[in-house]
Amino acid sequence: MRELNPVLLKELRQRFRSYRSPLVVVLYLMVLGGFSLGFIYLRWRSAPAFFQPGSSKEIFTVLSMAQLGLLAFVVPGLTAGVISGERERQTLNVLLTTELSPLSIVVSKMVAACSFTALLLFASLPLYSLVFMYGGLAPVQILGVLAFFLVSMLLYAAIGVSCSTYFKRTGVSTVTSYGIVFFLVVGTGFLGGFIYELYQHQARMAMTNLQETPFIVQLLQDTNPVMVMLRILGEQATFGPGRDMWLPYWGTYAVTCIVLSVLLILWSGWKLNPMNHNRKLFR
Amino acid sequence: MNAIEIKSLTKVYGTNYALREFTLNIEAGRVYGLIGPNGAGKTTAMSILATLLAPDGGTATVGGYDVVKEPAAVRRLIGYMPDFFGVYDGLKASEYLEFYAAAYRIPAGERPRLTRDLLELVNLADKTDTYVDLLSRGMKQRLALARCLVHDPAVLILDEPASGLDPRARAEMKEVIRQLRRMNKTILISSHILPELAEMCDNIAILEQGRLVANGTVEEVTAARQGARILKIDVAEKLTELIEFLNNRPGVASVDGEPGWARISFTGNKTAQGQLLRDIMDRGWTVLEFAEIKGNLEDAFMAMTGEVE
Repeated sequence: MRELNPVLLKELRQRFRSYRSPLVVVLYLMVLGGFSLGFIYLRWRSAPAFFQPGSSKEIFTVLSMAQLGLLAFVVPGLTAGVISGERERQTLNVLLTTELSPLSIVVSKMVAACSFTALLLFASLPLYSLVFMYGGLAPVQILGVLAFFLVSMLLYAAIGVSCSTYFKRTGVSTVTSYGIVFFLVVGTGFLGGFIYELYQHQARMAMTNLQETPFIVQLLQDTNPVMVMLRILGEQATFGPGRDMWLPYWGTYAVTCIVLSVLLILWSGWKLNPMNHNRKLFR
Repeated sequence: MNAIEIKSLTKVYGTNYALREFTLNIEAGRVYGLIGPNGAGKTTAMSILATLLAPDGGTATVGGYDVVKEPAAVRRLIGYMPDFFGVYDGLKASEYLEFYAAAYRIPAGERPRLTRDLLELVNLADKTDTYVDLLSRGMKQRLALARCLVHDPAVLILDEPASGLDPRARAEMKEVIRQLRRMNKTILISSHILPELAEMCDNIAILEQGRLVANGTVEEVTAARQGARILKIDVAEKLTELIEFLNNRPGVASVDGEPGWARISFTGNKTAQGQLLRDIMDRGWTVLEFAEIKGNLEDAFMAMTGEVE
């Protein structure tokens, strides 16, 4: 059997040996559970003595939104220091003189961080039993949301790792990663809405109606995690009448996340190679 | 055969030359000391050899492999210990070495024995299960040296391996390096502690402002101090007149008057040295002592690095 990459093995060993990891799992579940139970409590307070089964979808939406928020918060935090932390600890140079390629170091670091995030995701699955208790949601929707979380996690981790490779200091890398992830989660939605309003205003001035959503708006809404997730959950979260794209919205989102992640990881591996320190990828 | 060949190596940071046309060949199995004041370019040269830095000019090969074109082959041949390094928290000494052994693709079955042997070599056998972040600085340095050896490299590049260590830890480190020398490793070592380098090394290269200012065996470099021998001349009387006489004497590069005796820097050969003694006696001075003072590496270092400035 092929041996695990030593960096991955070391990262997993260090991460799971530390008392912080179980603490993070506990906190994560407490926050997520707190959201769901708090929501149920509020619903129950507004209509005591019974709980509407139709509310299970709302619980699921709240739970998923909370999960997305936590992922956007946890993943950059876990990944933004993986390379810069090695640099700050003065262990990176020695690692780079071993037979491990820079790309394998980047990938191992990322896989280790993603493994821990995946653990958080899977540990939270029992919370979804609250939803099943009352029915109202298809299992395929839950699987869809889980897949959505996994590809989102991949992208956020790739962003964190590449910032960590590019910036020398973990502080700068962390702030930049959070900034980029915030733009993806919130900014793309706002930008999409803003551009859509501009188009609509133009159409109104020309006394016409928009026949289809402009391409750029469609692209932004198909890559905005909040809007994509709400659509997976069956909510109407779009700007305008929509337009035909090459892929369904979830396909656009998944492909964008995966392609961007792969490009960021390849670039990080290239950038980490000491022989490329002062070279530009494109001249 | 040369284990390391450096030819016209140049590295520039902005407008500052860290290395300027640096050329050096190191024979296999030799222990080579690299000396120079801070900022002389020692760490830059070692980083280039360790494939951590691309040069701006010139070439460097280790074991015949070019450090820029074939870095992977070079990495297999070298064990590199940087001047500053950290260790991983939450790993035991044995796990630390096993991690690097795995990173050098040493088969899993061989690692426990290798780890045990290396910890014994650096006198850390009793620290196998101690977390590396809890080791003292001297122990961490020795562990780092053991780490350099996990893949049994032919060439060791050790940047200030004894810096910041107390005398006992330095002595222990020195002993380990002596052992490595006996194992016929080619070692390039930089240090500020010059007497120790003189003890450990076969050859010395002195770098100053990125330039090589001296290169040779310890004896050659020491003797080559300003191209002269240092002579002590102690006379019974008329020291001032003797100094005046010596100042006008061909072959005398410099004269320093010490209380009761004169120290001269003499560039002539042994015959000329004998002739000088005879001339001094012929002129009526009673010579109490006429002897060569063996210069040490520190003198050579101070003289040569001072010359560049």
